[in-house]
Amino acid sequence: MTDLNTLARTWSEDLDLRLTDTCLRDGSHHKRHQFTAQEVHDIVEALDASGVPVIEVTHGDGLGGSSFNYGFSRTPEQELIRIAAETARRARIAFLMLPGVGTKDDIRAAQDNGGEICRIATHCTEADVSQQHFALARELGLETVGFLMMSHTQPPEVLAKQARIMVDAGCQCVYVVDSAGALIMEQTADRVSAILAEIGHQASVGFHGHENLGLGVANTVIAARAGATQIDGSVRRFGAGAGNTPLEAFVGVCDKLGWRTGIDFLQIVDASEDVIKPAMPEECQLDRMTLMMGYAGVYSSFLKHAGNAAERYGVSGAKILLEAGRRKLIGGQEDQLIDIALMLKAEADKEAANS
Amino acid sequence: MAKATAAIVGPGNIGTDLMYKLLRSDLVEPRWMIGVDPTSEGLRLAADKGLEASHEGVDWLLKQDELPDLVFEATSAHVHREYAPRYEEAGIRAVDLTPAAVGPAVIPPVNGEAHLGAMNVNMITCGGQATIPMVAAVSRAARVSYAEIVASVSSRSAGPGTRANIDEFTRTTSRGVQEIGGAERGKAIIILNPAEPPMIMRDTIFCAVPPDADRDAIVQSVVAMEKAVQEYVPGYRLLQEPQVDDPSPATQGQTKVSIFVEVEGAGDHLPPYAGNLDIMTAAATQVGENIARSMTGSIR
Repeated sequence: MTDLNTLARTWSEDLDLRLTDTCLRDGSHHKRHQFTAQEVHDIVEALDASGVPVIEVTHGDGLGGSSFNYGFSRTPEQELIRIAAETARRARIAFLMLPGVGTKDDIRAAQDNGGEICRIATHCTEADVSQQHFALARELGLETVGFLMMSHTQPPEVLAKQARIMVDAGCQCVYVVDSAGALIMEQTADRVSAILAEIGHQASVGFHGHENLGLGVANTVIAARAGATQIDGSVRRFGAGAGNTPLEAFVGVCDKLGWRTGIDFLQIVDASEDVIKPAMPEECQLDRMTLMMGYAGVYSSFLKHAGNAAERYGVSGAKILLEAGRRKLIGGQEDQLIDIALMLKAEADKEAANS
Repeated sequence: MAKATAAIVGPGNIGTDLMYKLLRSDLVEPRWMIGVDPTSEGLRLAADKGLEASHEGVDWLLKQDELPDLVFEATSAHVHREYAPRYEEAGIRAVDLTPAAVGPAVIPPVNGEAHLGAMNVNMITCGGQATIPMVAAVSRAARVSYAEIVASVSSRSAGPGTRANIDEFTRTTSRGVQEIGGAERGKAIIILNPAEPPMIMRDTIFCAVPPDADRDAIVQSVVAMEKAVQEYVPGYRLLQEPQVDDPSPATQGQTKVSIFVEVEGAGDHLPPYAGNLDIMTAAATQVGENIARSMTGSIR
């Protein structure tokens, strides 16, 4: 029997796991898309120096996400991608796109600005909307990653079939994406294993976690043991909802387990305190709202929008999130949170009138 | 009055739903259903309804002794771009339900009487048909510097054509938001939601207007537009009063008008949740009938 900590699959000769920091993309939600050019420069410089091999930079909702629905960017994302690419000395710059929000033109522009890894995200049952984008990305010579968002909503065999669609279209690594932070340990491992069994001889598998039930690092460890070789995290959890898997903590765990990430633990901890913390509006927290997201299986990026709608209409933000879960809303449907708030307000007004 | 004859090209969800609507028309007679797959369910349904159904494609149609007055294209953008010149050569008017946008775009309650003489008119997209009337409603009451639409449809109602053409959807819709809706800049977002039971199509329309815009006039215009669309899509309804938000940093200093609609379909081919199909085919039927009316005397 092999030692539990010997990984069945590794990324390369030099790295057992290849880590991507996503605080400049997923953290864009927490930051309400208000990153400045200076912050992006400083964060990329610090992450790059600590050895993070991939850094993702985009509006939280991907290329073209700057909008009424998702929030307008303070600095155009293409400018942020360019600054990141100019700043990084070793790291490759990744960008995210969601078919239906961004278009192929946005992918071309991101490559022109120095992006090298194209990550294409779909809801985990809708992979076939990504085919034209994967085809283009490969034609342009970009490295490709596919995101199966809200992976907790589907059983492993469904995800495996969707992964197959992405790989056939040109995807080189399929991620199990726990957008709601709702997966629990073995549920993560089973999904990674099923996808690996389907596409493992052609592509690699990744895992992107959220902290809404406090399981980011635990889920990521078990995903790696199941064969995931690309791992997402955000330093200081700087991401949507209760945040992502804290990258610096995961690097420390990898050191303990003997898994090589190429990242210097002390340097990334310094970066967390000295560079990332000052750029955060507040720490990412496990609180009433974010716990509700993990519990009800709600897309993490809804957090700020539900908070806005709750404040605007004087209703409970937690109730908005629970209703979003009940309606089975998926990523991108932020507009419906306003409709839910108006419905809750109408109910409250009616009750007040009757009492 | 003689009816204009029509061929439907593309026996998928949209083509089949359109067939049921045209079968009820007093002005257009659907006579042919054209596909490329002999096992197509849509071709079988068309044959059951008495249409001549062929799986040999448009080449077969154009070889017939009798040609249609109108062709309704419900395939995909690239297929329509290929065949549009051949319809025109054959003197057949084309109503294009793909996002190919070869001809000028038509939204019935906004510019339904325009382009009646054009050889090719485009129906934009289902999301465009559901939202552009509302952008136009706001822009006739106030200057709209930017409009953004979010269309959420049930996964089940989005066929392979829509899925393969999702970029064309967003591009064609945002252009329609500008050109027909009257917004200075337009943006479109589409979401396919797999929830079971399937969700009814929902659309949100955000418009940026000047801080001194007449809010009552905007709301009245929106309510009037709801009625105008209901004339051909009875299940089109506002979910909420239009919401007006004061300028703030989050709205980039603009006043934001938010309009929430739901589109429940007539349930002709797919069940009522597929309002996206219904508003597209109902609008195409309107446009086809307007063209047929204008052709009186020249119908074959």
